[in-house]
Amino acid sequence: MNLLTFKGVRASLGQVRVLDGIDIAVKAGEVTALCGPNGAGKSSVIRAAAGLLPVEAGEVRLSDVAIGRLSPRQRAERVAYLPQERRIAWNLPAVEVAALGAPFLSGEAALAKAAASLEAVGAGHLADRGVADMSGGERARVLLARALTTQAPLMLADEPIAGLDPDAQRLVLERLKARAEAGAGVLVSLHDLTLAAAFADRVIVLDRGRVIADAAPITALAPTVLRQVFGLDARWVEGPDGPLLAARRTQ
Amino acid sequence: MSRTARLCLLLGLAIVAALAAAVLVGETPFDGGQYAAAFGDPASGPWEVLWQVRAPRAVCALVVGAALGLAGAVMQGLLRNPLADPGVLGVSATAALGAALAIVLGGAGVTGLVEGSALAGAAAAGGLLIVASSLVRAPEALILFGVALSSFAGAATALIFNLSPSPIAQAEVMAWLLGSVQNRSWIDVAWVTPAVVVAAVFAGLSASGLRMLTLGDEAAAASGLSMGRLRVFALIAAAVATGAAVAVAGVIGFVGLAAPHLVRAAVRGDAGRILAPSALAGGLMLVVADLLARLTPTDQELKLGVFTALIGAPLFALIAWRAAREWRL
Repeated sequence: MNLLTFKGVRASLGQVRVLDGIDIAVKAGEVTALCGPNGAGKSSVIRAAAGLLPVEAGEVRLSDVAIGRLSPRQRAERVAYLPQERRIAWNLPAVEVAALGAPFLSGEAALAKAAASLEAVGAGHLADRGVADMSGGERARVLLARALTTQAPLMLADEPIAGLDPDAQRLVLERLKARAEAGAGVLVSLHDLTLAAAFADRVIVLDRGRVIADAAPITALAPTVLRQVFGLDARWVEGPDGPLLAARRTQ
Repeated sequence: MSRTARLCLLLGLAIVAALAAAVLVGETPFDGGQYAAAFGDPASGPWEVLWQVRAPRAVCALVVGAALGLAGAVMQGLLRNPLADPGVLGVSATAALGAALAIVLGGAGVTGLVEGSALAGAAAAGGLLIVASSLVRAPEALILFGVALSSFAGAATALIFNLSPSPIAQAEVMAWLLGSVQNRSWIDVAWVTPAVVVAAVFAGLSASGLRMLTLGDEAAAASGLSMGRLRVFALIAAAVATGAAVAVAGVIGFVGLAAPHLVRAAVRGDAGRILAPSALAGGLMLVVADLLARLTPTDQELKLGVFTALIGAPLFALIAWRAAREWRL
């Protein structure tokens, strides 16, 4: 079942067209990675799917319902959104931040779900610590727990591993993968193509607001695509845990 | 009992003690007989002093302080900025402009006209801010708009002051700008309290939105809460509370800025739960400040707005120093 469908979606930021006829779908049980250079439209796809970017033409559907027909609450029941922004304005304890993922539950129920989400991301021991006293990686885990607390069937994660160390990057992607294996659909934007190949079931390559490839990871990230989109002279080599990207810039 | 409820209880007890001190202690010391008359003889002078002069003044300070503390907490939550206060968005300045206009046009003698004009100024500022917030979501843009509004209203008030032909009207405008609860009566308390209650209701309705804004605009917008409506509620709360405070007491700074900081650590940074303790802390601050201003031995009584700024600025610098760690997030 498609949890998210884009049909011919166009959108602009000011005078700049950021999405130019996007057709994609995200299925339940799959991790779909959005890859592409800076400015390709990855964040715009995710923001449009979350209802945060107005669409000029085409249609965005969540679980086969046009997004415009959904109330904010109905939309939030279908979509969990993990933004790239990790700033938390006030020094709340981690469990209170995670509980913000369940604004319609009673305080006790929300805190119980939040505590479980923190445990799931290996941050149970941080539950009572203020987020101002945390490292960037710890804060990223807390925000991931907040998104997991929503328990919506579709998870949108915008560059969730940017700025994290390799261990934290893998932890975040493992939790997203586990979410998909539990039946959710995950759409995640990634710059690390090796990790995209390792964790995603499918990769969508974007460039200048258009879909260049949409296939299994190694197919979508074929050397010809990498050369065209990223300007990389690249090939996949077999590593101990799967394919690794060996690449250099083309002149 | 929750942490917030315990804090509110503690602040409530402190307020009762401060009100009792404000009523019982004054520049003119009473002896035992006078205190007995004050509590037993409604026709006596001491009764008049305690219950018709000091008590309404103290309660007025409490309500005004609560309004400013509430408005400060709402604005800091809405703008996700620890430096926001009722003055930042221009509501105080616009309310003062309304009052100044009414004074120079000869309205000071008409009961309620200056206060009504101040409220109208605050309502106009609130309306403009609601329109601005519907057009731009970024808190920085709203702050800049508020700064422009505040500057314009301040300049217009200065112009009125400058062009006013009457030195009496000039003195009245100046008194308004300096802020005071001197000579406030139960009638003032009776009309300002409902306005602050209305502001508190709107603030309470916006609490879940203010809490969600902790994560930023995008996450809040995707949370399922009707953020547009909650933003409007927050702006109404801030504008009504500030307008009511300025209408009854003139411009009083620092309470709205400092009160939320006094209680933020105790509510662990929760932008929703901070509202009630901020209001109580603001009320307590102003009752104590007014009592100290009254008791300060000066030829002319210190204006409350001047006193809160003089005491509040160094105190706030100290609080800011301690809170700086949180701001570096």
